[in-house]
Amino acid sequence: MAFLEIQRVYKKFGSVYVLSGISLDVELHQVVCLIGASGSGKSTLLRCINALEVIDDGVILLDGDRVSGRGIDVDSLRQEVGIVFQSFNLFPHMSVLDNVTLAPRKVLGTSREEAEATAMGLLGRVGLADKATAFPDRLSGGQQQRVAIVRALAMGPKLMLLDEITSALDPELVAEVLNIVRDLAEEGMTMMLATHEMGFAKEVSSKVCFLDQGVILEEGPPEQIFGDPVEERTRAFLKRIVDAGRL
Amino acid sequence: MNHTSALTGPPAAKRVGRVLTYRKAAIASLFFPPAGIPALIHSIKASRLAEQGETEPAREQGEKARDWAWYSVGVGLSVYLVAFMVWLLFTNGGSVRKVFLDWSILTSWDAWHSMLKGFWINVQVFLIAEVIVLIWALVVAIVRLLPGKACRPIRFLATVYVDTFRAFPAILVVYLVGLGFAQAKVPIVGSFSDIQYAILALSLTYGAYVSEVYRAGIESIHWSQVAAARSLGLSYTQTMRHVVVPQAVRRVIPPLLNDFIGLQKDTAIISVIGVLDVVSRARFINNARGTLAAYSIAAFLFLCVTIPFTRWLEWLQRRRQLRTEGGR
Repeated sequence: MAFLEIQRVYKKFGSVYVLSGISLDVELHQVVCLIGASGSGKSTLLRCINALEVIDDGVILLDGDRVSGRGIDVDSLRQEVGIVFQSFNLFPHMSVLDNVTLAPRKVLGTSREEAEATAMGLLGRVGLADKATAFPDRLSGGQQQRVAIVRALAMGPKLMLLDEITSALDPELVAEVLNIVRDLAEEGMTMMLATHEMGFAKEVSSKVCFLDQGVILEEGPPEQIFGDPVEERTRAFLKRIVDAGRL
Repeated sequence: MNHTSALTGPPAAKRVGRVLTYRKAAIASLFFPPAGIPALIHSIKASRLAEQGETEPAREQGEKARDWAWYSVGVGLSVYLVAFMVWLLFTNGGSVRKVFLDWSILTSWDAWHSMLKGFWINVQVFLIAEVIVLIWALVVAIVRLLPGKACRPIRFLATVYVDTFRAFPAILVVYLVGLGFAQAKVPIVGSFSDIQYAILALSLTYGAYVSEVYRAGIESIHWSQVAAARSLGLSYTQTMRHVVVPQAVRRVIPPLLNDFIGLQKDTAIISVIGVLDVVSRARFINNARGTLAAYSIAAFLFLCVTIPFTRWLEWLQRRRQLRTEGGR
């Protein structure tokens, strides 16, 4: 039994199927990269896993427990599964420290002192301890995204979902965010990344999945997917990436 | 060589180097000669210099002509407006002045004393009503935005309340609540005092308005903020309480303040149910003395509250902006 099992999941918006019977297993400590064109379902799949979207059919199991469909406790699922968004989505009316400590204090009932101590530790690790009292508007995109990662980590998740977290960043700010993801991978955090950073996917992932029209067309170790893809569409997609100078 | 092309068109006559003399503006500004005459002089100088090929001095004169023409608008129009009002005040042997600004009343301590006593009631009414509206309108807005099928009936009730009370003129609500509830001996509220009825009526009316302001504010918060909060495990209520409502309230402070100024002024209508407010007292003085000067005092008193109130809220908002946006 894998840590996360996605079994024949369907999701439609209106009458359009964005996920068409997708299945995927993620083992503990694995880093799984989802690649594919825009609209192939990468983001939707991540949002379904932590129940920000309700799936139409199929089942998702986390550590053996059903976490999709009726009667589930979404709030406790989300304590186990953190997500980081492309557009950071920090709370603009709160300081960095309050952004990070809000959920631990309100959801887990951690005391303010304890939550702030944890938060300061995490902020220190990503090099932002001196920004604790700043408001998000004052930070660069890279700094904001690092805070967003810390905010998710502060809940002590077992699985992190990263939804194109560097796509909204200026090129020179991408590395500071990816370095943190790399550290997390080395520490054994289980992660799923939707990404267009192919070089990074190649380096960090234990498994790469190529999504096409709502299914996983091809999956395998990064060397195989990037070096010797089987499917014609995977080849075509990667060729476009290479032509754009992104791999 | 022919430079004509589909993109640039034929070469145009040289334009950017010409001298602007602002002649028409200068002539027009003669309606206020203190500014119009210098404007015209500079304009004429500008065209003379331009004819002599002195382009740079000509441009300097043109610029001065334009400045003077603007003075004629800004200064000239104001001078005429003020003059017109002074003339109104003293025409007909000063009758306008006597009606609106009768010195015997404006300098009468008794009149001021009575008016201030009345105004204090208006102040109490709007202060209490504002606090009630602040809370009540937020409750209504949140109810109108409750999700799910189960909440449909309560959403509907809230919508009916907002739609109807926004449609009723405030003066009707004051009448119906102020006179009707007591006559009909409505339970709980049947034994209110007139002032309490006034507060209730204004709170009901303005609660409907302000709830729409809140609702617009809440709906303007991007769904990604909700997604971020919910993804951290916060419940719907916690998300509203800590993420959505605080941002929405900050965003709607200007329109909220606008509605509060409206509420402060509308306390004038509570006089219709016999509350001895500033308007009622002005009416007494008017009846006794045959002059409207007491109403002028009332108007002045409203001004004394509304203007500092506006400035204070603007200051509050600026301070908050500095804090969250880091002084940008």
